[in-house]
Amino acid sequence: MDFLSNALGELLTPMTAAYALAAIGIAMHFGFTGLLNFGQAAYMLVGAYAFSMSSLAGLGLWASVLISLASSILLSFILGIPTLRLRSDYLAIVTIAAAEILRFIVSTTGLEKVTGGSQGLSGFAGEFYALNPFPTGTYGFWAWTMDEKGLWVRVVAWAAVILGALFLAVMIRSPWGRVIKGIREDEDAVRSLGKNVYAYKMQSLVIGGLLGTLAGIVFVLPRAVQPGNYATALTFFIWTILLLGGASTVLGPIIGSMIFWVLLSLTDGLLTLGVNSGVISFIKTDQIGGIRFMLVGLGLMLLVIFRPQGIFGNKKELYFNA
Amino acid sequence: MKQQAHKGYAPTVKWLGALFLLFSFLFSSSAALAVTGDVKSDVSTEFSIGGAIKQGPSNPVQGAVITVTGTDFTGTATTDERGKWSVAVPAKGEYTVTLDMATLPEGAKLKDGFENVRTVKIDKVNTVVALFPLEEVTKPGDKPAKPVQETNVVLSAILRGLNLGILLAMAAIGLSLIYGTTGLSNFAHGEMVTIGALTLFTFNKVMGLDLIISALLATLIVTAFGWAQDVVLWKPLRKRRLGITQMMIVSIGLSIMLRYFLQLLYGGDTKVLSQGDTWNIFGVLMQSVNVIAAGIAVLALLGFGWFLTRTRIGKATRAVSDNASLAASTGIDVESIIRIVWVVASALTGLSGVFIGLYLQAGWDTGFSILLLLFAAVTLGGLGTAFGAAVGALIVGMFVELSTLVIPADLKFAGALVIMILVLLFRPQGVLGRKQRIG
Repeated sequence: MDFLSNALGELLTPMTAAYALAAIGIAMHFGFTGLLNFGQAAYMLVGAYAFSMSSLAGLGLWASVLISLASSILLSFILGIPTLRLRSDYLAIVTIAAAEILRFIVSTTGLEKVTGGSQGLSGFAGEFYALNPFPTGTYGFWAWTMDEKGLWVRVVAWAAVILGALFLAVMIRSPWGRVIKGIREDEDAVRSLGKNVYAYKMQSLVIGGLLGTLAGIVFVLPRAVQPGNYATALTFFIWTILLLGGASTVLGPIIGSMIFWVLLSLTDGLLTLGVNSGVISFIKTDQIGGIRFMLVGLGLMLLVIFRPQGIFGNKKELYFNA
Repeated sequence: MKQQAHKGYAPTVKWLGALFLLFSFLFSSSAALAVTGDVKSDVSTEFSIGGAIKQGPSNPVQGAVITVTGTDFTGTATTDERGKWSVAVPAKGEYTVTLDMATLPEGAKLKDGFENVRTVKIDKVNTVVALFPLEEVTKPGDKPAKPVQETNVVLSAILRGLNLGILLAMAAIGLSLIYGTTGLSNFAHGEMVTIGALTLFTFNKVMGLDLIISALLATLIVTAFGWAQDVVLWKPLRKRRLGITQMMIVSIGLSIMLRYFLQLLYGGDTKVLSQGDTWNIFGVLMQSVNVIAAGIAVLALLGFGWFLTRTRIGKATRAVSDNASLAASTGIDVESIIRIVWVVASALTGLSGVFIGLYLQAGWDTGFSILLLLFAAVTLGGLGTAFGAAVGALIVGMFVELSTLVIPADLKFAGALVIMILVLLFRPQGVLGRKQRIG
């Protein structure tokens, strides 16, 4: 039953939380504003690198977080200014390209002293763990057993997710939220009402990007920063999570992330069990990872074709042809 | 390029999730609390592959590019001024280390019995050295006159850029044609390139067939695959009136699925396809097979241009691309044109895949790694215009290679993407695009 507890343990990991938070960011972009942001990995990269680089430079925890958020806003402007006036697929291509550019830059050997090159960065979260209020010990039970650091990082990660979701819920119920939903439905109609569509889109891009950057920080708290993590696959996984839960929902990204990681861990556990016991003979254990990703791809296709509104979504709310 | 952090692949039981993370907590937090300073705080950074590239003991090679590939992992490194390089890898296991021969100084050769692709295994020790011994070249006391060398470097970059551009052009036209007629930004297009390259490997290297026959068979397979894709997937989706954004995400799913399927079939290593002798063209060494491939590609592009501008079907294709409903009202059968477009686009892409395989070698993610260059080419030329895509591809190819003269080689793809964004800023319709398409 090892694999079952492993899979259920995924429910609460900081990684699940980070993906959920990043998915909330694209829920803002895509689900509510209709912006095709395929560069959420770029925002997470900015969060991870700005945070770890400033921490390693000795700027302190809060200053590092603020620097990350400021960099995220800057990135939104760089991405948004050339593309938000254009047709939506341009934003998709530019964001995905920007994410790759940033990844190339942080992994180049020329900048190894600053970014760690392909080795990445580590040892920057000391101050975060120094704030840990939980005494040393073992917490939780069964699949959710963790030490005090695990507990601390989970508490912070999920607090960020809950705050992010609440923020999203408040924003989309506000007059501002009605305008961005209007942009999603019919940009020209909103424009004819005298609203500055470009400014609203930019605000949405900035806010969703900030959520992605926070996700990037949460993501690296328990691990090292490695440039390879910020490849396009990261963005695609976040999209899968978003579409799984429902793009135009607040809770969808969170539940989507939980389901995604539990399923991924479960298939892995079952396949490993099958291979080790000889039931599955056509693959080897080191090929299981690939099969899981094939299933992710297949799942993404089926989801978009047959249930584009996701598990929790409302078909009427879904406006896919952004 | 496609690697997930949480993806370890220890050969034993893999808990990619909770336990792995708990371990990293234990490590990261205790280390971070105990010592401040640069303690490596993550288990996953402990593994690395490295080495040094030298032409003799006192003649290190700077700027050589080494690629390390494993399951779901690709990393690159460039040698420093001491010829040293190192790539951090996520976990124990087998990795393929490829030395990009094109980044070596001119005339550099591996010692006999060594290949530029090797497999290394990380098992007991965490840092493994992968050696690529080069033939020793003693540093000449008097350096060769600098200008002569410079022209050679520039010329070689231009020729390589032209070569890459021509090969990209075929795949980019395929992408652009499909986009133009169906509105689909096909993220699974790169996999057609990969299939072309990998089936060439199967026919040519595994089955030992003649190169030309293998190339034709590989192209045929990609063409059939493109046709089947339209029949099985895209046409039904068009019938369901799936939006273009949805279609795009479906293509992303398809791309992920195909990519990992190919990895399952062919493994994570790089297949060496290059063959034939080396030609000296104006002092630049190029492999004969690549030069011939570029020639064939130019012919294919010209033939395609003729098809598009002179034949009835080609004209109908352009009409559908311009305005599908207007084309339909003049009696053009839009669906059959789209089917033809898929077949023609796949054929061009397959051939491009074959040639790219010969030029860059083939791996399970070859196509995906150039997908963004293809998008850049299509965007640069103007979304949906076939000839624009060809022009864009040439610009991208040239830029990628020429940029290595000023920026590090491991940033060359980034440079091309920056150019794309800049063009969008100032001329969003692309080089050959028309303004009304972008609204």
